Amino acid sequence: MSIRGRFATVAVLFLVAVGLIVWSLMAFLTPGTPGGVMDFTTSQAPGQPVNLTVQTVGAIGFGKHPTWVSYLVKDPHTNQWVQDTTWKLPANTVVNMTVLQYDTGGPLRNQEWGQVQGTINGTASLNGTSYSVYPSYTGNGVGHTFAVPAIGLNVPLIGVSANAQVCGAGPCHTSSPHNTITFSFKTPSPGSYSWQCFVPCGLGYLYGNGGPMATQNYMGGFLEVVR
Amino acid sequence: MTMSAERPDVVTAGAGSSERVPWTQRRGWLSQHVGTALVLGLVGYLFGHWLGNAITGSYANNLNSGQNSTADFFGLLFMVVGWLLGIGALNYPLAKLAGRRPSKEQDVEGWSKYFRYSTNHKTVGLQYVVGVLLFMFTGGLLAMAIRTELLSPTTHFFSASTYIKIVSEHGTIMMMMATSIIVGPLGNYLVPLMIGSRRMAFPRIEAFSFWIFVAGYMVIFSALPFGGFPTGWTGYAPLQTQAGPGMISYLFGFAVIGLGMMAAGFNIAITIINYRAPGMTWSRVPIFVWSILATAALLTLATPTLFAAGLFGLLDKTAQTAFYVTEHGGSSYLWENLFWFFGHPEVYIMALPGFGIVGEILPVFTRKPLFAYKVGAAGMIGVSLLSFFVWQHHLFQSGINPDMRPLFMLTTELISIPTGFIYLVGMGTLYKAKIRFEIPMLFAMALYFNFLIGGVTGVFLSDVPVNVTVHGGFFVLSHFHYTIMGGLLFAFMAGLYYWLPKMTGRMMNKKIGLLHFWTMFIFFNLTFFPMFIIGLLGQPRRVFTYAKNLQGLNDFSSVSAFLLGVSFLIFFFNLVWSLYINPKKAPANPWESLGLEWQTASPVPAHNFDRIPVILSDPYHYSEENAPAVADLGDDDQLVRAGTSPDDAGVA
Amino acid sequence: MNEPHHLRRLTTIWIVLSVAADLLFWFLVGPHVPPGRMTDMATSNQFDFNVLFVIALPVLIGVWLYLAYAIVVWSAKRGGPEPVGGEAARNNRTAQVAWITITSVVVILLAAFGTVELIVNHGSGGGEGPNPVWSPAGATQAETAALAGTGTWSPNRNQVLPVQVIAQQWKFTYRYPTFGGFESSQLVLPNNTTIAFNVTSLDVIHSFWAYQLSVKADANPQINDVAFTKTQQTGPFTVRCSELCGIWHGSMYNYGSVVSQQKFMQWAQSTEAANAANTKYLPPFAWTYVPDANGASGGYYPDGTATPYSTAEIYGAKQPAS
Repeated sequence: MSIRGRFATVAVLFLVAVGLIVWSLMAFLTPGTPGGVMDFTTSQAPGQPVNLTVQTVGAIGFGKHPTWVSYLVKDPHTNQWVQDTTWKLPANTVVNMTVLQYDTGGPLRNQEWGQVQGTINGTASLNGTSYSVYPSYTGNGVGHTFAVPAIGLNVPLIGVSANAQVCGAGPCHTSSPHNTITFSFKTPSPGSYSWQCFVPCGLGYLYGNGGPMATQNYMGGFLEVVR
Repeated sequence: MTMSAERPDVVTAGAGSSERVPWTQRRGWLSQHVGTALVLGLVGYLFGHWLGNAITGSYANNLNSGQNSTADFFGLLFMVVGWLLGIGALNYPLAKLAGRRPSKEQDVEGWSKYFRYSTNHKTVGLQYVVGVLLFMFTGGLLAMAIRTELLSPTTHFFSASTYIKIVSEHGTIMMMMATSIIVGPLGNYLVPLMIGSRRMAFPRIEAFSFWIFVAGYMVIFSALPFGGFPTGWTGYAPLQTQAGPGMISYLFGFAVIGLGMMAAGFNIAITIINYRAPGMTWSRVPIFVWSILATAALLTLATPTLFAAGLFGLLDKTAQTAFYVTEHGGSSYLWENLFWFFGHPEVYIMALPGFGIVGEILPVFTRKPLFAYKVGAAGMIGVSLLSFFVWQHHLFQSGINPDMRPLFMLTTELISIPTGFIYLVGMGTLYKAKIRFEIPMLFAMALYFNFLIGGVTGVFLSDVPVNVTVHGGFFVLSHFHYTIMGGLLFAFMAGLYYWLPKMTGRMMNKKIGLLHFWTMFIFFNLTFFPMFIIGLLGQPRRVFTYAKNLQGLNDFSSVSAFLLGVSFLIFFFNLVWSLYINPKKAPANPWESLGLEWQTASPVPAHNFDRIPVILSDPYHYSEENAPAVADLGDDDQLVRAGTSPDDAGVA
Repeated sequence: MNEPHHLRRLTTIWIVLSVAADLLFWFLVGPHVPPGRMTDMATSNQFDFNVLFVIALPVLIGVWLYLAYAIVVWSAKRGGPEPVGGEAARNNRTAQVAWITITSVVVILLAAFGTVELIVNHGSGGGEGPNPVWSPAGATQAETAALAGTGTWSPNRNQVLPVQVIAQQWKFTYRYPTFGGFESSQLVLPNNTTIAFNVTSLDVIHSFWAYQLSVKADANPQINDVAFTKTQQTGPFTVRCSELCGIWHGSMYNYGSVVSQQKFMQWAQSTEAANAANTKYLPPFAWTYVPDANGASGGYYPDGTATPYSTAEIYGAKQPAS
């Protein structure tokens, strides 16, 4: 074979290798989780409060890990429930957040997370009743929390009764037993802020913090705050 | 090339051989090769996965998590067994078990021998070259991904879970590669040639060590489809116990690689001790062989700890034992202790062979004898001995044995004395020399430059008060990249440019080589030097976000890292250009070396030496009048004398 | 051609460069070297850094100078005399003995220096395990009292303040045993006070790194890792986790602040009062805690309950004692 021929052979093999690598990167490094960003900057007029609605489900019911607990977010444009935990928000804007809690609860590992912190007024509302501390050993306990550590936001999400007909697979409909928790907070200056749940709810993993707790798009994500 | 009648170097199926060739050794598809290994590996994986699910599918933790680590572990376990069965590694032990006469493994003719279970140390050496480059390429791509994510503290290219996965996979793959990057390719190829032996002590174990190394690659790569693991290459428990099935690939991968390390280590050690040619006394053994001997001792003695630690982790993750889980009677310190008890000798496994290579290369390109040879050899043995007494310096802030910190500070700093010997050797050899700046020499000099930074920053890390600030940050990250990449990888490149002409019969292109050297040297330093500052300014390791004021330094480092990646592409291009696209035949001894490996025929005959050579002196008598001959290779006129070109000496 | 005296030449250049580099470093860079001077530990660790730099710079300069000299003067391209082999080029007893002696002396002196600094500075801000052997005056009494629930702290009395750092995936929280054991996400410290950090974890290994305070201590489950420092400047400081602990390791940070003793007292008392509603659900103050394995918190092990193996306090919300 001529030099040119051998060069071409190597070039083709190289391109095939690069293709394989790119393919495996796409296949293995962005696994089973939609990596999109839910955009809340255009869903309302500039300066107006953002309405953000999410639900928490005990078992997501679809995708690569149907048994995993997860947050779902309501697309402000289509009103569809989407498995996506990166939300783009305008900076220095009030966010009115509604959480539909479909999961059961229990005592918190650290009652520190039983306090409502960082919201406007320092309170949240559970089915219309305001609360600032929830003693998690009482009632149905706390199912999850919504917390953004970098801005000091923490809201305990009260669980539903384990005896009720708990919604088994997301997205859940409001006909299933649920708690509606509403609160408002103000977004900080532009930047990327991680949020997570502080209830170790990854069943089957040591200390409950593996699986859904350790995979983005289930129990944690980012607030992408932009100008 | 001539071969004695009773040692046929090539077995061709059915032709001219008195012995019947077993089907496993035949040419063509219907025999044992990497294809059968892949098929049986796949079968093994499917069987193991089914078996694991059948046994543990109903365990509560598996039902709840929807992931079954046991099934994945069994899958990988049987995959490795199937792989070894398919490649032919188990032919011999199985035949012995069955009471049959095992068939001989012989190289088949042609390129396909590289895809088979070859017991020829030269074939294994070249197989290893490709193997470690595969590891390095994979790990290097992941490094590019890490630097991409760190371009910005706020914009994330990967999700947080994916980033940790990439970091962990990069570290583990690179560490696995680094254990074998010189011992595997150059150690296996050159040690028998350098000590005047026809083969390794245990050729089957040598072949086994390579093929299980490849199996290790498949196992650690399987972490990605299994969902990755979040622990970094150190795999600290109990985070390891909490992780998903990707962790299995890490734990089992290190166990598999560890088997290969132990096998390679004791095989090489025994070869060096027992297979030296007549006259190859300990004071004539080349310095590279000393370094490989010190490394082999570490491989043999340190790796079992990792192997055991990995098995404990596997038990924790599958049978739910609690070696590393404090609340159930284990200890989170146990893994740290076991891992670093292996891990610190491992660090020197990655440094010593590099010292050996520069010690071998400097005399050739300075035309001077190696200065303070005995001090150099003693330094290597000293480093390997001391390396077992320093592991807790990784745990200075962990609260473990706090009153022992002064002792470990002392032992750690003592290790810079034997390491300093290597600098004495190098600087003494350079003194009043006549330096030829060929590519191998450039890489060797770069090692002295880089490793110095790595070594001096190591003293900072070993000082407990200073360690409070630099532990677990980018400072330590930069430190070990300077020692492993700046030391070992530069030495590997020096070794490749130096010995590939002997191994392949082709010269590496010098112009591309120069371009490769300078891009690699400059961008290596531009990538990692800023990381010292980043670390001092407070950036911890393995984070996807960092302080905004550090973005400038991080971006500088990232861009340099991409250009460093380009320099590796230049290297790969040089490799295919010089070996395949436009090969130029190499002279028998292009660097005019006195080393025994250069005195045998080119290409090296299947059994290395027609007659076992008699060693007459050490190979460093450069620029010496009336120097003694290095070796008697058979005929009187084949005495290799210093100062005479080996071509004139009439080597076959 | 006269052969120049290479070693004399090299030594002269080396001494000049080293002295210049050391002086420049000590006076220009030295005061800015991390971790700063916010605490006594930071100040002494900055001093250690500078001492090491002053020793390291001549070593670096020496070897680099030699390499550069060799490249320039002893290159084959530039001609020069042929190298000489033989015994003299293989060994030089003086050079070898001198090299080994000098490196050994430097190394042993460095280890001795590090040891003295470590002991004199009560562990230099590093984690010293549950029973620190080098603790500052008053620390042991303050810690004992804190555990017994009898500890107090008030301004201007030169008392050691015990603070507990609880690491959990993926946040640090802080308990103040001398103020009723309240727990907070904020870390506020009084100035001119010796702080005893008691670092523990509820799950995997973390590491508490207060960068400007020069404190770093690993957080291990069921281990109390104690580290000391004495504040001497007010202002903010950064806390980061420096041991990989999972997905949100990168965002496991917060900012603390050192304030005057009076301001700290105000903050502590008002937070104690504000958190009282929550504090009563916390387990009693202890050095280590077992994570509550009940409810939705894992169940990796089949028993699914808190382990009976340990007598430590189980961390998990409790019915308050009436």
